[in-house]
Amino acid sequence: MATEERHNPFATAQPAGDGTTLDQQERERLRAQPLWRVRLKLLAGTLWNNWKLFTENKIGLIGLAIILFYAGLALAHPLLMGRVWDPLIYDPVIGFDPLAAPHPAPPSAQHWLGTDPLGRDVLSQLMFSTASEFILGMVAALITVTIGTSIGALAAYFGGWIDTFFMRLADLVITLPAIVLLIVLGGLFTLDLPLLALVIGILSGFGATTVIIKSQALTIKVRTYVEAAWVAGGSHWHIILRHIIPNLLPLTFLYMMFTVTDAIFAEAILSYFGLLNIRMSWGLMIHTTQSAGYLLNFQTWWLIVPPGLSITLLCAAFYLVGRALDEVVNPRLRKR
Amino acid sequence: MTSSEALVRVEGLRKLFPLNAGFLRAPTSFIHAVDGLDFAIAPGESLGLVGESGSGKTTTGKLLVRLLDITAGHVFMQFDGQVLDVARLQRSDSKTFRRKVQMIFQDPYESLNPRRTIFDTIAEPLQVQNIGNVLDQQERVAELLNLVGLSPPSTYLFRFPHELSGGQRQRVAIARALVINPAFVIADEPTSMLDVSIRTSIMQLMQNLGTQLGVTYLYITHDLAVARYMSTRLAVMYLGKIVEMGATEEVLQRPQHPYTKALLSAVPVPDPRWTRTPVEIKGGISKPIDPVPRCRFYDRCPLAAKVCEDNDHPPLEDKGSEHYVACYRV
Ligand SMILES: Nc1ncnc2c1ncn2[C@@H]1O[C@H](COP(=O)(O)OP(=O)(O)OP(=O)(O)O)[C@@H](O)[C@H]1O
Ligand code: SF4
Ligand SMILES: [Mg+2]
Repeated sequence: MATEERHNPFATAQPAGDGTTLDQQERERLRAQPLWRVRLKLLAGTLWNNWKLFTENKIGLIGLAIILFYAGLALAHPLLMGRVWDPLIYDPVIGFDPLAAPHPAPPSAQHWLGTDPLGRDVLSQLMFSTASEFILGMVAALITVTIGTSIGALAAYFGGWIDTFFMRLADLVITLPAIVLLIVLGGLFTLDLPLLALVIGILSGFGATTVIIKSQALTIKVRTYVEAAWVAGGSHWHIILRHIIPNLLPLTFLYMMFTVTDAIFAEAILSYFGLLNIRMSWGLMIHTTQSAGYLLNFQTWWLIVPPGLSITLLCAAFYLVGRALDEVVNPRLRKR
Repeated sequence: MTSSEALVRVEGLRKLFPLNAGFLRAPTSFIHAVDGLDFAIAPGESLGLVGESGSGKTTTGKLLVRLLDITAGHVFMQFDGQVLDVARLQRSDSKTFRRKVQMIFQDPYESLNPRRTIFDTIAEPLQVQNIGNVLDQQERVAELLNLVGLSPPSTYLFRFPHELSGGQRQRVAIARALVINPAFVIADEPTSMLDVSIRTSIMQLMQNLGTQLGVTYLYITHDLAVARYMSTRLAVMYLGKIVEMGATEEVLQRPQHPYTKALLSAVPVPDPRWTRTPVEIKGGISKPIDPVPRCRFYDRCPLAAKVCEDNDHPPLEDKGSEHYVACYRV
């Protein structure tokens, strides 16, 4: 057989006879399945197990349901605009319904959530904004965990001045009141959505997230399997990429959820103060209401309740999912 | 054994751990964890390193695989005629070093990454040292699983450590250490965390594989019975020093150092005809923090005399037939 004649890289290691070499059947069993397919299956298995653990927790499922509901709203908006709603009337920014005047008009068959002081459909605004809230949250979260995981792992692994520098930086960032800083930044520059995501991502990435991930990485660094990897001949990078970071990922994922909450909340506050350069958002809807003098007017509840409730619900939803994930990744928290 | 035929030769090996060191402040004292070891290991033999907890066995092992930096002394290893000075490994030597020297750790629950499959764990030395392609590695790992008695291999290859028992995990750890055909393996109490019932089978496995694959062991244990089973020669450690060394049976049948005698009198004897004079030792082992220059065993020794206090720790001397003892009164 051709395969038998291949160069054997373990030339000195031919344990003789006594059933220690592989028999043909076993060898074929190995070849039958390529490694990547096995790995894919294992990954699927792990995910499935984690999903089962996740679903044991009611609050996680509630959070997930809320997130899916809003994701549905975000996806439905372009469809409605294309097929059902007349853009002249329903456009979230430049639409106007002359027939519904005087504005703000209360909920009706045409405008389920009424219109805003400028005669625009509130439901359309709410749905249109959802997508940006998601994108903002996700981008900020990705930036946070990328920074937090790499800095945390490097600081824990190498220690020394890298550690000192980034931990002092983290102390500094943590003591800065993020919202105040964002308001100042918003006053100095025109903050748009990508810039806001970047700033939030950087602030939380270099701040608390790094500290938490680093402390976790410290506990992984001293495990015997890291010593074993070193004795096996693994480089620093091998150890960081194959042992430390994979063991940090669950925690990383958890902190993504919490960052999403922070980002949506920050957007709401900045928009409320009119400091964000954005076409439409939940915070901006409240800002419009406020600047037209309807903020504390309970007669026009439809102006304030939909965006206010949405901010609260979506923030809470990501937080709940985070809590439930916490129980999946920290088995000690699981009650059973 | 002449020094040229030794596989491992350790000369004046020391490891000091600084205490109370601070930022810009020099340490005020040191733990002398390993304090001047001299020994050699011939190819194919198995040296047992015994001693109480804290005597510096693990530290010695970690120095030999360079998991710790060597404070002073030399560790020479000779593989295929190439001599390495482990304390001063050159980049080009470290490749040989990592191929030839491996370690088996005490706790199989800690030494396997819970997120990596058995295949990835055992193949790690092959992967990081770029030996063979994926298929070669898979076959080699399967072969090793067979060797360590986890068969059929295909049922173990892609499982995770938490799906295995302690004994099975330690077999995996042994397979990882042997997968690149090392010449020298340091085993740090590989059975002490396991159930008594499976210890013997793991020891048997290591011995068989050692003979079959031509592996030289440094076998660390605090258990004299285990050392007797696993090693051809024995070195007894006390507070960072070797106090007695010789052929295993010679040391166990005719112990000369008061500490070795005390250790042996603490072991239950299976043979009722063998009588032994019990030796009393006072107190427990302490930490070798800035030890005073006298015999390390002075505080606990029943034979302690003025000579032991006035001089530094006694040198390891050949008392005949390569039986070394470090004691002024033997
Ligand atoms: N990283 C370290 N920092 C400071 N002191 C250490 C360190 N590692 C070991 N020591 C000290 O060195 C001495 C020897 O420890 P070592 O672990 O080598 O002993 P051992 O013989 O393996 O004991 P055991 O049987 O408990 O494993 C002990 O006093 C220990 O406290
Ligand atoms: S040198 Fe003295 S103190 Fe040390 S072991 Fe021998 S008799 Fe005891
Ligand atoms: Mg130890």
